[in-house]
Amino acid sequence: MTKTEVTPGMFSLSEVRPSWKTPSVLAFFSGIVLVLFGFLGKTGDVTYNLSNKGDSFSVPDVVVASTFANVVLGTLMLLAATYSGWLTIRQKHTPMWVSLVAGLLGATGLLGWLAAGNVVPVSFILGSAVVLAVPIILGALGGLMSERVGVVNIAIEGQLLTGAFMAAVVGTITENLWLGLIAAMISSAILSMALASLAVKYLVDQIIIGVLINVLVIGITNFLYSQWLASSGEEANYPGTFDIISIPYLSGLPIIGPALFEARITVYLTFILVPLVWFILFRTKLGLRARAVGEHPTAADTVGINVGRTRFWWVTLGGAIAGLGGAALTIGNVGAFGREMSGGLGFIALAVVILGRWQPFYVSAAALLFGFAIILRVWANGVSPGIPTDFITMVPYLVTLIAVAGFAGKVKAPAASGQPYIKG
Amino acid sequence: MNVESKIMREILSATYTRIAISVLLGFAIGSVFMAVFNENVVATYETLFSNPGLTFQTAFQTIFDGYGALFKGSIINLSADNPVSMFRPITETLRLAAPLIMAGLGVALGFRVGLFNVGGTGQLVMGLLGATWISTRLELPYGLHMVLALVVAIAFSMGTGALVGFLKAKTGAHEVIVTIMMNYIALDLFTWFLRTPGLLLEEGGGGNPKSDPPALTAQLPRLLGDEFKLNIGILLALVAALVYWWLMERSTIGYRFRMVGHNANAAKAAGISVERTYVWAMAASAAFIGIAAANQGLGETGGLTSSIHANIGFDAITVALLGGSRAGGVVVAGLVFGAFKAGSPSMQIIGVSPEVLGIIQALIVLFIAAPPLIRAIFHLPKPEAK
Repeated sequence: MTKTEVTPGMFSLSEVRPSWKTPSVLAFFSGIVLVLFGFLGKTGDVTYNLSNKGDSFSVPDVVVASTFANVVLGTLMLLAATYSGWLTIRQKHTPMWVSLVAGLLGATGLLGWLAAGNVVPVSFILGSAVVLAVPIILGALGGLMSERVGVVNIAIEGQLLTGAFMAAVVGTITENLWLGLIAAMISSAILSMALASLAVKYLVDQIIIGVLINVLVIGITNFLYSQWLASSGEEANYPGTFDIISIPYLSGLPIIGPALFEARITVYLTFILVPLVWFILFRTKLGLRARAVGEHPTAADTVGINVGRTRFWWVTLGGAIAGLGGAALTIGNVGAFGREMSGGLGFIALAVVILGRWQPFYVSAAALLFGFAIILRVWANGVSPGIPTDFITMVPYLVTLIAVAGFAGKVKAPAASGQPYIKG
Repeated sequence: MNVESKIMREILSATYTRIAISVLLGFAIGSVFMAVFNENVVATYETLFSNPGLTFQTAFQTIFDGYGALFKGSIINLSADNPVSMFRPITETLRLAAPLIMAGLGVALGFRVGLFNVGGTGQLVMGLLGATWISTRLELPYGLHMVLALVVAIAFSMGTGALVGFLKAKTGAHEVIVTIMMNYIALDLFTWFLRTPGLLLEEGGGGNPKSDPPALTAQLPRLLGDEFKLNIGILLALVAALVYWWLMERSTIGYRFRMVGHNANAAKAAGISVERTYVWAMAASAAFIGIAAANQGLGETGGLTSSIHANIGFDAITVALLGGSRAGGVVVAGLVFGAFKAGSPSMQIIGVSPEVLGIIQALIVLFIAAPPLIRAIFHLPKPEAK
């Protein structure tokens, strides 16, 4: 297995010269919005539905010609690209928010193009994207926690699937969804302990172990599903979902109110966990030690940090969070376990960790991109049949590919990620 | 250290013994799953304490029947009344093993160079895209048509693999992430081709993404007449294994591959371009997967859907690991997993979920890939470093 090259200080962005990649990618996408969706776009007015009836602050719908909206949005994106290019000329890095804003503008344009002559239910799309992104965010948080201490976690898919399965089964048998949630976290944590001890203590190749854990979990859950759950679904696989909790006042806000504050407990837990993990990683002694272990285990060991123990517990806790993500799939959304229901979300989470540069907030934004793509495919089929939805689903993967290739030399994984540490 | 554990240790350091233990353990744990969740066994749980014998008897009966069905479905059906149905199982095993061997060789090649090619699915799908285009959209004479489709499949897969190698070499992007993303992109692209009239959608096709059946001139010829579905794919797989052996063990480029896989820095110091080697290795790895693509695309007589990739790209990883990335090992591993695939339906018939084979498969490879796991299970000390 190849080892990640060790470059000390890889997170200090200022050391590396800014490249033209960000401005060119931004310019490319603004070109698409401006020309394809704007000048060559579809005729018809588009209605952006911004608030539901009964919201405390009612915002009127925005009705514009689809082409006009896209010309405006594309121009704004072009401005962002120009700004980014100007920064690059002045040897400065483009801040992440510029890309995020440009992405948001692009998404709005895409919605407007798809729904020419139709209505865009903005808060419905945003809300669904969040619900669909939650398992990815939590899985990626788990992956991030283990990569930050230097253990590559390919087993996110298996952790999600374990969580989803245990949440559904324990939730049904005990008739208590909270117990299901806890069972999901514990079972996934135990699975991660296996990964951690094999990788940390026994120095087995982390990537191979991760892949095999995935295959094993898929095998076990497939077997139990067809041999047990399929025939006795009532007794074992009928947990239902958590109730939707509406947060007073906040849920009345336009756009984000119904999208973010009328959700299940799994979504709120995610809202808490993302900043929490960020805080612990970057603002506490505990997090500093963890990052030291991931960047330079020898140095960490020298100052008295127990590398093996740190890695073991961070991977285990990360597994518990990923297990919660699995629970979000069943008792947080669908209400029952289905065969291989994680369907590759764990691998997406893996990519999202890199796309989000190992930072909890950026990782969440990247996960939202995938959640958005999933709901977009479903919605676009209904609102504008004949659109090649295959290309829409392809976009986040392409973005990840471009980003992974483009980030090279700029931001890399924690230096010791994937390398076993042998005290010597 | 006592003598007994020393002997055990020596036995365990022998690869064949370790593989045998892994296989036995895998089947043993699989049997537990098979028995504990079986309907007939579950029915005896009420009397578990008053009549434990019944439970155990039923459990053993279930395990016996399960593996019996596996044998019957994958090797030879002794209860058949005519020779065709008697020998069909073994031909099915060979037919299903062929693509696993081909793709397994591809993944194995990656392992030997220190590359983890998880992109089997994507490379296979791109190969399928090329092969299906040739086999459904061109009219060529018998033989030539098939060969051209095979070559195009390999070329398409190779191109996809080379792109991964190029991205890794030029930008340092990790091949695992790149290949996973390419899997999804390739699948979406293939589905779009299958969906779009004028590209690959079947003539007069409706809403479902499905291609025309491959032209008769392009289909892989059957080996044993029309009674058996077995085609020349298995021969192609064996040829591929020979080529793999020659390439990796005898050729100069294979020497370079192995050297980079063994120690990239040393290879660099010896004047080997590691970056170029990555590109070639990914291309070569994908080329073998391209043969599997041709096998899938040209081995069918009906129209293709995107599910034709049959997860072979992923199964190939376990095949390569079980086969120890050696030509012979991969052939054996492919045959074993091919037998699992062939035997699944007969297990289903007697009420044993064939998914249990997935568990066994994963466990065997897990035990083989993680020797410490076996040592931990048997409380054995670590063997001394060589």
